[in-house]
Amino acid sequence: MSLTTAQSRDPLNGTPLGGVPLGRKAPSRTPMSRTTSTRIGDWLVFVLLSAGAIVMIAPLVWMLSTSLKTKNEVFALPPVWIPEVPQWDTYVRMWQDSNILTGFQNSFIVAASVTVLGMITCSMAAFAIAKMRLPFRNLIFIGMLTGIMIPYPTLMIPQFVMFSRIGWVDTLLPLIVPAIFGNILVIFFLRQYLENVPNSIIEAAKIDGATFWQIFWRLIFPIIRPAVAAQFILWFMMVWNDYLAPILYLNTPERQTLQVVIANMNVQYATQRDYPLIMAASFVALLPILAVFLIFQRQIIESVALTGTKG
Amino acid sequence: MTGSASRLHRSEHRWALAFVAAPVIGYLLFTLYPVGFAVYASLTNWNGLGIMRFVGLDNYVRLFSDANFLESLYNTFFYMIGIPIGLAVSLALAVAMNRKIVGLTAFRTIYYVPVISSLAAIAILWQWAYNGDFGLVNQALALVGIDGPNWLASTFWAKPAIILMAIWKGLGFSMILYLAAIQSVPRSLYEAAQLDGANGWQRFRTITLPMVRPVTFFLVVTNVIGGAQLFTEINIMTPTGGPEYSTASAVWHIWRQAFKYQQMGYATAMAIVLGLLILVVTLIQFRLNRRNSFVID
Repeated sequence: MSLTTAQSRDPLNGTPLGGVPLGRKAPSRTPMSRTTSTRIGDWLVFVLLSAGAIVMIAPLVWMLSTSLKTKNEVFALPPVWIPEVPQWDTYVRMWQDSNILTGFQNSFIVAASVTVLGMITCSMAAFAIAKMRLPFRNLIFIGMLTGIMIPYPTLMIPQFVMFSRIGWVDTLLPLIVPAIFGNILVIFFLRQYLENVPNSIIEAAKIDGATFWQIFWRLIFPIIRPAVAAQFILWFMMVWNDYLAPILYLNTPERQTLQVVIANMNVQYATQRDYPLIMAASFVALLPILAVFLIFQRQIIESVALTGTKG
Repeated sequence: MTGSASRLHRSEHRWALAFVAAPVIGYLLFTLYPVGFAVYASLTNWNGLGIMRFVGLDNYVRLFSDANFLESLYNTFFYMIGIPIGLAVSLALAVAMNRKIVGLTAFRTIYYVPVISSLAAIAILWQWAYNGDFGLVNQALALVGIDGPNWLASTFWAKPAIILMAIWKGLGFSMILYLAAIQSVPRSLYEAAQLDGANGWQRFRTITLPMVRPVTFFLVVTNVIGGAQLFTEINIMTPTGGPEYSTASAVWHIWRQAFKYQQMGYATAMAIVLGLLILVVTLIQFRLNRRNSFVID
C-alpha cells in the first residue's frame, strides 16, 4: 500500500477528521424511515462509545485524583473523586524524595540516543536494501528475518553475560549500544516506503556524478523524512516505556530509567500506604509521552495504521 | 560489459555493504552470537560467573518436571484468552467509529491513550485499582451491588484481572488498525450488498470480516508473540508471582531463575524452549492463514 493513498483515505469516509456534519444528507433515493433509523443508530453508537470512553479514561483520571488526595481521602468510603484540598505538596515531595529527576534524565538519554543514531543506521540500510546493488542481498535478508523471529527473553541472558564481562552492568550502555546498530522492523518499514521512490531520480543523480553518500543524504533522506519521523516517534515511545531490559542492568537508583524508578517507588511506598505519592510519580512518568501523543496524535495514529495494515 | 561499468558496480557494491554494515554487525554481535552462546549455556550447569559445567540435556529434562515452569507456561497460555476478546471488542469499536457521529476524533484519542502510556505506570495504577477494599474496580462494582473480590490476591481472579487490564491497554491499537482497514473497503461493495437487500449483520459478515482478515491475522500473530513475553505487568502487579504462582508468566519465571537464583544455564534452557514455542506457534499460524485464504479465494 502506498503512503499517499492511505493518508487520503484516513479522513473518515472523505470528511475531514472530526469535522463531521450532524444533519448529513441521505441519498435522495433513500426513504425517510431509513434516515431516521440511521440517526437513531448514530445516537446509540454515540452513547455506547461514550460509555466505553468513560471506562477507558476513568482509571487515568482516578490516578490523577488519587495523587492529589490526603491519605485519609484515599481510604475514604464512599470514594472521593475530587479532593477537598488538592495536595500539590505531594508533587513537591516526589521531586525531593525520589529519583524521578534522574530517572527522567536517564530515560531521555537512552531514548534520544537510540532513536537519533538508530534512525540514521536504519535509513542507510533501508536505502541500500531497497535501491542499491547489494551483494549477498538474500543472505542479509534471511538473516534479518531470523533476527525478528528470536524474542528478547531468549537473548537477554547471553547479552547480559556479554555486557557484564565488559563491565557495562549498571550503565546505560547495554540499553543504547545494541539498539543503535538498527532495528530490523524499522528498516523493513523504511524499505517499503522507499519502494515508491522512482529509481530514475537515483540514476539521474548517479549520472550527475553524485556519490552514494550524497545521494543518500541530499536526495533520499529528505524524501523519506516523513516515514523516518513517524518511526522515530513510535520508537522513542517504545524505548521510553521499556522496563525489562532496564531492570536487568540498572541497580544504582541514580542510574535507573524512569520506569524502573517508579516501579521501585511502588514497592517502597506501598508498605507505607503512600498511594498519593505513588500515583503522582506514575502520572508524571506518563506525561511526556502523553504530551507528545496529544500534539502529534494524527501523525502517530496514521503511521500506526500504516505499519499494521501493510504488515 | 565495459570495464568502467563493472568498476562502477563494484564501487556501488562497496557502498551498499557499508550502508548495511551496522545492522549486519549488530545482528552478528547481538543476535547470532548470543543465540549460539545460549544453546551452549543451556547444556551447562552455570551460575553466570563461575565455570560452565557441561551436563548435556539435563536442563531440558529437568524443565519438564519443574512444576513452577509448567505452571508459568500454563498461565502464559491462559493469558491468551484475552486476545480474541480484545480483537472482537476492538473490531466492534472500529465498526462503530466508521459512522459519521459527533466527537469521533475525541473518542479515537481517548481509546488510544492507554496504548501510548507507559506499561509500568499503567501496571502500578491497575494494581491499586484492583485493591480489594479501596480500589476503583470494586468501587465501580459496588455501584451495581456487586461485592468484588480482592483481585490480585485470589488464585481464581488474579489472571482474569491481568487479562482485563491487558485488553484495556491494547484496545485502541487494534481498533486503529481495524478502522484503517474498514475505511479502505470500497464503498461500492457495501452499496451493491445493500441493493441486494443484505442487512447490516450480513454486510458485516460477508464484506467487513473478510476484508479486515489481513489485519486480524497481523494482530493475532503479534499479540501471541507479545503475550508470550508478558513480564512487566506480572512483575509490578504481583511481585511474588501471585498467590500460589498463579500469575507467574514464562518470562517472569525465567527472569527469576536467572537473575534472582543465578541458575543461568537452566534459565537459558527455558528461554530457548519458550523461543521455540513462539516460533512453532507463529509458523503454524502462517500455515493456517495460507490455507484459509485459499478457501476464501
